[in-house]
Amino acid sequence: MNYEAVIGLEVHVQIKTESKMFSPVAAGYGHEPNTLTDPVVLGLPGTLPVMNKRAIDQIIKTGLMLGCDIAPVCKWDRKNYFYPDSPKNYQISQYDQPICIGGKLEIELPGPSRNVMGKHKFVALTRIHLEEDVGKLNHFDDDSLVDYNRAGTPLMEIVSEPDMSSGDEAYAYLTALKQIMICGGISDCDMEKGQLRCDANISIRPRGSDTLGVKVELKNLNSISGVRNGIDYEIQRQIKVVEAGGQVIQETRRWDAEAGAATLMRTKEMAHDYRYFPDPDLMPVRVNREWLENLRATLPELPYERQRRYFEEHDLPYTLTSVLVPDHRLAAFFEDAAEKCGQPKAAANWIANDLLRELSAAGIGIDESKLRPEHVAGLVKLVDGGVISNNIAKEVFVEMFRTGERPEEIVENKGLKQSSDTGELTAVCREVIGANPKSVEDYKAGKENAINFLKGQVMKATRGKANPQVVDQVLREELGKL
Amino acid sequence: MSDPLYYRTASALSRELEAKKISSLELVRAVIERTRAVDGTVGAFISFDEDDALARARASDARREGGEALGPLDGIPVGIKDILAVEGQPLTCASRMLGDFVSPYDATAIGKLKAAGAIPWGRLNMDEFAMGSSTENSSVKTTANPWNTDCIPGGSSGGSAACVAAGEAPLTLGSDTGGSIRQPAALCGVVGMKPTYGLVSRYGLVAFASSLDQVGPFAHTVEDAAILLQAVAGYDRRDSTSYKTDIPDYRAALQENRGPWKLGIPSEYFGEGLDPEVEKAVRAAIDFYRKEGCEIVEVSLPHTEYAVGVYYIIATAEASSNLARYDGIRYTHRSSEATDAIDLYFRSRAEGFGEEVKRRVILGTYVLSSGYYDAYYLKAQKVRTLIRGDFLKAYNQVDALLTPTTPAPAFRKGEKTDDPLRMYLSDIYTIGANLAGIPGISIPCGFSGDGLPIGLQILGRPYQEADLFAIARRFEEAHDYHAKHPGL
Repeated sequence: MNYEAVIGLEVHVQIKTESKMFSPVAAGYGHEPNTLTDPVVLGLPGTLPVMNKRAIDQIIKTGLMLGCDIAPVCKWDRKNYFYPDSPKNYQISQYDQPICIGGKLEIELPGPSRNVMGKHKFVALTRIHLEEDVGKLNHFDDDSLVDYNRAGTPLMEIVSEPDMSSGDEAYAYLTALKQIMICGGISDCDMEKGQLRCDANISIRPRGSDTLGVKVELKNLNSISGVRNGIDYEIQRQIKVVEAGGQVIQETRRWDAEAGAATLMRTKEMAHDYRYFPDPDLMPVRVNREWLENLRATLPELPYERQRRYFEEHDLPYTLTSVLVPDHRLAAFFEDAAEKCGQPKAAANWIANDLLRELSAAGIGIDESKLRPEHVAGLVKLVDGGVISNNIAKEVFVEMFRTGERPEEIVENKGLKQSSDTGELTAVCREVIGANPKSVEDYKAGKENAINFLKGQVMKATRGKANPQVVDQVLREELGKL
Repeated sequence: MSDPLYYRTASALSRELEAKKISSLELVRAVIERTRAVDGTVGAFISFDEDDALARARASDARREGGEALGPLDGIPVGIKDILAVEGQPLTCASRMLGDFVSPYDATAIGKLKAAGAIPWGRLNMDEFAMGSSTENSSVKTTANPWNTDCIPGGSSGGSAACVAAGEAPLTLGSDTGGSIRQPAALCGVVGMKPTYGLVSRYGLVAFASSLDQVGPFAHTVEDAAILLQAVAGYDRRDSTSYKTDIPDYRAALQENRGPWKLGIPSEYFGEGLDPEVEKAVRAAIDFYRKEGCEIVEVSLPHTEYAVGVYYIIATAEASSNLARYDGIRYTHRSSEATDAIDLYFRSRAEGFGEEVKRRVILGTYVLSSGYYDAYYLKAQKVRTLIRGDFLKAYNQVDALLTPTTPAPAFRKGEKTDDPLRMYLSDIYTIGANLAGIPGISIPCGFSGDGLPIGLQILGRPYQEADLFAIARRFEEAHDYHAKHPGL
């Protein structure tokens, strides 16, 4: 039989805030264990949580970017369970009144090849709610130690509808989600730092069926490709179970990326009863119109909207937009450069090719680059005005990247101006013709290609500064004279 | 003949300090001496730090010498229930679970006391985690009622009430979740007040039932209670349930607000189970107010009969979650027998918690469980809203309600320890105020034939503590029950 998979994702995203969700102590990553704590984070007797309004701003922004309805009132609930990483043995979360309801995420499925745009689709969202992160257990030979630095960090849970059908779609979903979060300044979404974590609910059913199968929850998907691999593995496992005459059992499984396999964590019978109830320490949150509209005014252009605009306004090809759009800083860099030189396509090419290559070689991010949009714009203008050739421009680009000097300065100081001086070039052409009788003979014999060799020699002799069109013209004239 | 130093009111002491007739150091020494003399019998204190109190007294005297006294409480010792966090002092909640715990921070109420120059004095005994009505659930010791040491002082703030009654401090702070200030105040013959929910910050008050807990004062007189409440009341950004409101000058209100008031008598509070001697004393108090020109009106609080049931669902549900943090992992008692993490939880909690705490955690866990939540917790919250509605409706008609604080005077130690339900009923008249969030005060209004104190409870409108003080003061002015002291 032919099966299809039904996949829903629960994604946890840490919100980037100065302080924690319910206490004024700093939030952060990579600090000495148990230094980002205070009596509230540690749940010491008598302490009380106080809501971080900035985290609410950020989740509302997220909801608005994803087209969610923002609840006029939401509340806080306690999720009760015992675990050593949880200082209070309950987690403050939102149970039946989340702040964001519904919504959808636009994703791009893999295209037929890397250079061709794939199909777009919208994955429906169920809800987004806010909660506090827990600490981290570190296991050693004889004991386990707890680090509560992460505890209390604002954490969003974004729950999708069972609206995906493959590991590829899940991969595309996470990629798109990550881009939006970064673009909105909500989170850096670094999975290695645990800033984005994903659990998947997976079931299979005969293709075309409209009933849902028994779902398995897959945890510990620690990278975006891990999500894809884990899901595909689980789909195949379920198909094998069913084809062998068995039944899929509702359970939670843990993905082991190294082993490329998942193992059983717990069955439905072992599931927790979280005994949710409204947290009596916190008041419900009312979001009024003004609050909402103020945040709406801060929303950025979303990546796919931006891509469509680049197609329409700048006539950029997919291959360029697919490089520029995902990184909003790169996109902003491009737009600045394009505006300064009035030639978006040329600017885009420099940024998508040369700049990214140099950044990657130097191992730095775009914010650290000495080369700024005005450098790119200046370079484009120099090439466009015939002041330097494309080849020289590449040389100038590397120099600009290295030193941060303006392109005009580099061209001036190094004497890289393109030569269109016919008199000067005629002398060089004659020398080249004299030194390469074989090529001249070939050209005369009708081998048109031979002129390219001669042109190359002229360029070499002028160290690339000669205007290629002028060289072509002068060479033909001189050869015609022979 | 005037009272010895340790039995004088805070307002009298304040005047004498101001006039430099006494020093804070003399006062604190007198209190320490008194505590050493009687606490072996009374057992109000779990521990006290004499050096800390003496150092603070010296600092207070130095301030006063420099003309920088901080107000009426500067230099006056205030006993602290062992449920409020004081930086550098033990915070045990009378539980083995927190036997070694020292608080690294001050509760907001304590911070305010210190800012007013008051001297936090000792750690007062209580029922473990404030769960009880007799202080017999303390894991440390029992506290005696100073009027009859075979009797209980009430609870859970039994140490706070006995401490004032025995002259071991002129003022104390306690907490009231279902009557834990008013009930022991009544049984020990002192003034005890539970403010409106949200008036005093709960930051640093170890949570029993978060939606019911309030910090409040114990004192010899209404004026003293007002002075202490004045110091600790007010909005606190660290407590999201604290209320932004202007705190009136309670002492000034005592002078200005002279009534007469329209006072309600809830018929449900005078039914079966009310001790005749208590009823007689409370009825006499009602007659007093009538003679003073107050209009006395019968009112009904029809959902009263559900209060105890609703309370034991909501309070235990919240407690089961609030007490989850005491788990053997971080700062609590940790079992040395445990074999793995789960076993560590089980053993540490089994060893660390007493019987009543376990009973309530189990009950609370049950009422929140999947499948039972709607029938118990949710239903209880709905009835709670009706109970609050009863009170607010009554306040459309009257300024305050007069009731007995407790159904009977203090009972004997051990009398009800085997019968939790009978024990729970000793809070039957006080629980309503916590469920409704309204303020209540208990003042001495007589003695039983056995010489045990009887309390009059006055319940008021939300945030109208000034009215409550004024009404209570009117009775106090005309009687001397508050001025009597037990023979210890």
